Amino acid sequence: MSDAFFSVDAVRGANLRPVSFTLRPGEILMVQGESGVGKSQLLRALADLDAHEGKVVLNGVEQQQMPPSQWRRRVVYLPAESAWWDDYVDQHFTENLPETWWAALRLKPELFRAEVARLSSGERQRLAVARALVLKPKVLLLDEPTANLDAVTAKAVGELLSEQIKAQGSAGVWVTHDASEAARFADKQLYLDAEGGHIT
Amino acid sequence: MDLYSLTPLDLALAASLVLLLGVVQVLIGLGLFRTLAFNSARMVVQLLLVGLILQAVFAAASLAWIALIALVMLSLAGYEVTARQKRPIRGWSGYSIGLMAMSGTALVITLVALTVIIQTDPWYEPQYAIPLLGMILGNTMTGIGLALNHLTQGAWNGRAVLEARLILGHDLSKATRELRSESMRAGMIPTLNMLAAAGVISLPGMMTGQILAGTPPVEAVKYQIMIMFLIAAATGFGSLLAVQLGAKRLFDQRERLRLDRLKTPK
Repeated sequence: MSDAFFSVDAVRGANLRPVSFTLRPGEILMVQGESGVGKSQLLRALADLDAHEGKVVLNGVEQQQMPPSQWRRRVVYLPAESAWWDDYVDQHFTENLPETWWAALRLKPELFRAEVARLSSGERQRLAVARALVLKPKVLLLDEPTANLDAVTAKAVGELLSEQIKAQGSAGVWVTHDASEAARFADKQLYLDAEGGHIT
Repeated sequence: MDLYSLTPLDLALAASLVLLLGVVQVLIGLGLFRTLAFNSARMVVQLLLVGLILQAVFAAASLAWIALIALVMLSLAGYEVTARQKRPIRGWSGYSIGLMAMSGTALVITLVALTVIIQTDPWYEPQYAIPLLGMILGNTMTGIGLALNHLTQGAWNGRAVLEARLILGHDLSKATRELRSESMRAGMIPTLNMLAAAGVISLPGMMTGQILAGTPPVEAVKYQIMIMFLIAAATGFGSLLAVQLGAKRLFDQRERLRLDRLKTPK
């Protein structure tokens, strides 16, 4: 507990059995489990988007002690489906992305000024990854960030995420259905079932 | 100019027009006749009752009676605001938002009109107080109902965007700014249209009534202008207040979107 950077203690909710784990800076926890066991619910609870019980601590500060918008700026949730509210991509960013990211995401830099309505779902998904990464979060909560991408792109996006988590000294909680992806990026693995979470 | 008093026969003649409409509806097989007949009968009963009550209240001219009538009007309007929304906020807190928004605006503005603008003596002179409150309340109720309906529906349909903004660390005020301003606009649209159409496309009911009752048109117009300003202010402030209170209620103290607080439509 002492050197824990992000600690989760018996977090549970309506359809979520208790889950506990701790992460150090740069560590990634890969979360697997059957559909409906509460993987997204776990991420939503960690971002404080749903009512839940248990204790979540970041850098010694308890979740419920921090104003919610400040907490969410540090513990950023990337949902499986991204949402966009303005007409153009760049209206959703405060700064342009580092050049290397465009290549890593296999996207054309021109997309930054594109209309959101014209993007493909894969482009939206990758831009949402970038939108979360530029915030330099302390903890990234990733809900199947590479699902619906082709294998080559999925690998590239996964590598960018993993590399940025390490480089920024943040922590990642990463839900996936892909066992090989889990094996590739995991520092720790959590298997979620009807009983709760098991660290493996 | 004298007031031509209407006899029961005159009213029956007017009713026969609606009856004729009903017959036509039956002939062409449009199933509206029952509703039309029922609502017309209801209108007659309601208005006759109100006429009797008002006559008694005008005769008594006591503040207690007027306060009671205002209270009844406000509570019914509060209920009506909830009934006009597809997914109103559940329970007492949903009802109280509409009620607070109306009391805080329609009631206050009526009081201002009576005491500062018209300066009737006594200030609660029922001949002025009740019709004024009725007109302002009726319009404010419509505006607040529309604004809250837009707010709750917008939150329901736009939950992904609301949450996406919260996720990126926007606070409530920033995350809901667009929804709130669109809801305000929805509440104000009938009033804006009313202001634009007044006197050109439609002759406002109160002015028409006063003219029918023998008031010189210019006097009637002055009253109508005042009423329009009062209605616009009450509807605007009412929608604003209702939207602020409603938007707050859509989230809990940890700024989580709480759509479970909305009623599911039947």
